[in-house]
Amino acid sequence: MSMATTDNFQVAGTPLPGMKQFGLTAGVLGVVLAVAGFFISGADRFYQAYLVAYTFWMGVVLGSLALLMVQHLSGGAWGVVLRRPFEAAVRTIPFMAVLFIPIVLGMHSLYEWSHEGITATDPVIAAKALYLNTPFFLARQAAYFVLWGTIGYLLTHWSAEHDRTGDPALLDKMARLSGGGLVVYFLTVSFAMVDWTMSVNPHWFSTIWGMLYIGGQGLSAFAFGICVLVMLAQTAPLSRVITTHHFHDLGKFLFAFLMLWAYLSFSQFLIIWSANIPEEIPHYLDRWDNSWKYLSIFIIVGHFIVPYALLLSRDLKKNAGKLRVIATWILLARVADYYWHVAPELHQDGLTISLLDVALPLALGGIFVSLFVSQLGGRSLLPVNDPGLEKALHHHVH
Amino acid sequence: MAHAPETSSALHGVMAEFDSGQALVDAARQTMAQGFTRVEAYSPVPIEELNDIIHKKRTVLPKLVLGGGLTGMATGFVLQYWASVIEYPMNVGGRPQASWTTFIVPSYELTILFSALTAAIGMALLSGLPQPYHPVFNVERFSMASSDKFFLVIESTDPKFDQRAATEFLKGTGAKGVYDVAE
Repeated sequence: MSMATTDNFQVAGTPLPGMKQFGLTAGVLGVVLAVAGFFISGADRFYQAYLVAYTFWMGVVLGSLALLMVQHLSGGAWGVVLRRPFEAAVRTIPFMAVLFIPIVLGMHSLYEWSHEGITATDPVIAAKALYLNTPFFLARQAAYFVLWGTIGYLLTHWSAEHDRTGDPALLDKMARLSGGGLVVYFLTVSFAMVDWTMSVNPHWFSTIWGMLYIGGQGLSAFAFGICVLVMLAQTAPLSRVITTHHFHDLGKFLFAFLMLWAYLSFSQFLIIWSANIPEEIPHYLDRWDNSWKYLSIFIIVGHFIVPYALLLSRDLKKNAGKLRVIATWILLARVADYYWHVAPELHQDGLTISLLDVALPLALGGIFVSLFVSQLGGRSLLPVNDPGLEKALHHHVH
Repeated sequence: MAHAPETSSALHGVMAEFDSGQALVDAARQTMAQGFTRVEAYSPVPIEELNDIIHKKRTVLPKLVLGGGLTGMATGFVLQYWASVIEYPMNVGGRPQASWTTFIVPSYELTILFSALTAAIGMALLSGLPQPYHPVFNVERFSMASSDKFFLVIESTDPKFDQRAATEFLKGTGAKGVYDVAE
């Protein structure tokens, strides 16, 4: 039964009061700016910025879900210390599902294929109409959120129960669900990202699109998890147990996921560049033969070369403060990357940015962070009955 | 394994034997705190902490690996550039001869290969391998270092080294036995 633990790692009141304050401030400021931007720049820009912001923050949530399941299957000290932040992110899925509604409202601004009568004039969209039609689109979204929400609910529910009872059968149940759950995650996220961002241009396709987002979600979730853990480790109770060894491991993971993201992004580019056929190549021409080129260069340098070179350093990975700066930078670069996926399709004349493109990531970020912090509270910050906990906390002695 | 005459001139150092990794770690800490600098530990299992305690000086290996990686990258790139632009230029689907985009993949592979080889070979060479003779094996009990005993050696090249003082000191750290190591 339950292991003898000397501490329950629970804080009185809200954990991360600073982050909660940040979430509220960013949320209020973001919503005010977003409403102002809606009237200044119009509904089309609003929905476009909303899609980018939503895809990014939902990426943090879904990446957390995936890493939570990976960790239930693989074990490992990194996962034990990040379990509760991942679970808190996963528990926001029902709220995030409600935040999907504006995308449904803005479908006509975002998705050309949803326009009345488009199938009569556009043979490519007509050929894809069996998949790209409004009722099926809505049904798919409902299915995704039900699946994600159910897996997330069961994993966090059983984990909370395991905290109370220490029943080893629960660990087995979580591992079993995670095995099948990861298959569901890969399939649903692949389809969902085709729906959300690839179908913004219904004429273009890439078969690696889903993987590209899955790698990106893992990167976002690790970057976010590192930021949270650095803050948690500043005060009791986690300051007693989280050491540089944990951050070193998480830094290595961040580095690996950064490479995975770059590998997938480059794979897509290399294949399309080599084939150079009219169905595919416009995706890159639209982002290189005009002023979007500056954003493209920024993605290569800011999202890959700079963080890659910095994360090579072992001293940096062991330094919680510096690692948090890099992780925050990567999160900002992730937003730019999603913007780079969506915006050039809707603004083919060249680089453009509006107040909304800053306001909405801030607004949704504020809402998500507030939800996240409230879900993190009320429970132990470490899974107290986990058989891997003892080892995770005495990480350096093998 | 005959013991050499126990004179300090022919002495490699003084060796202490411990029953557990934790005892070795504690003893190593005390030894370093005492001001000894030429200290080496031997353990049947890896103990990461020991490295931080005993080897305060950073190894140059990471820098060598970085150099190896950059060399590999340059080699891969130059190799492909030479083949497809200088020596065997060929029109492939109208693409430029210096198609650096396609050069990236093999360049990257060679970066990894050269880094890995530098790391493996560099680690062996910097550790002083291959080394057919090492004085610690002159101590009979040392054969236990590959089963379940832990050893700490203060070497005679240490500026603070004094055979009698070192022996007394190690006995005070909870050692199960202290032996002279012949050179």
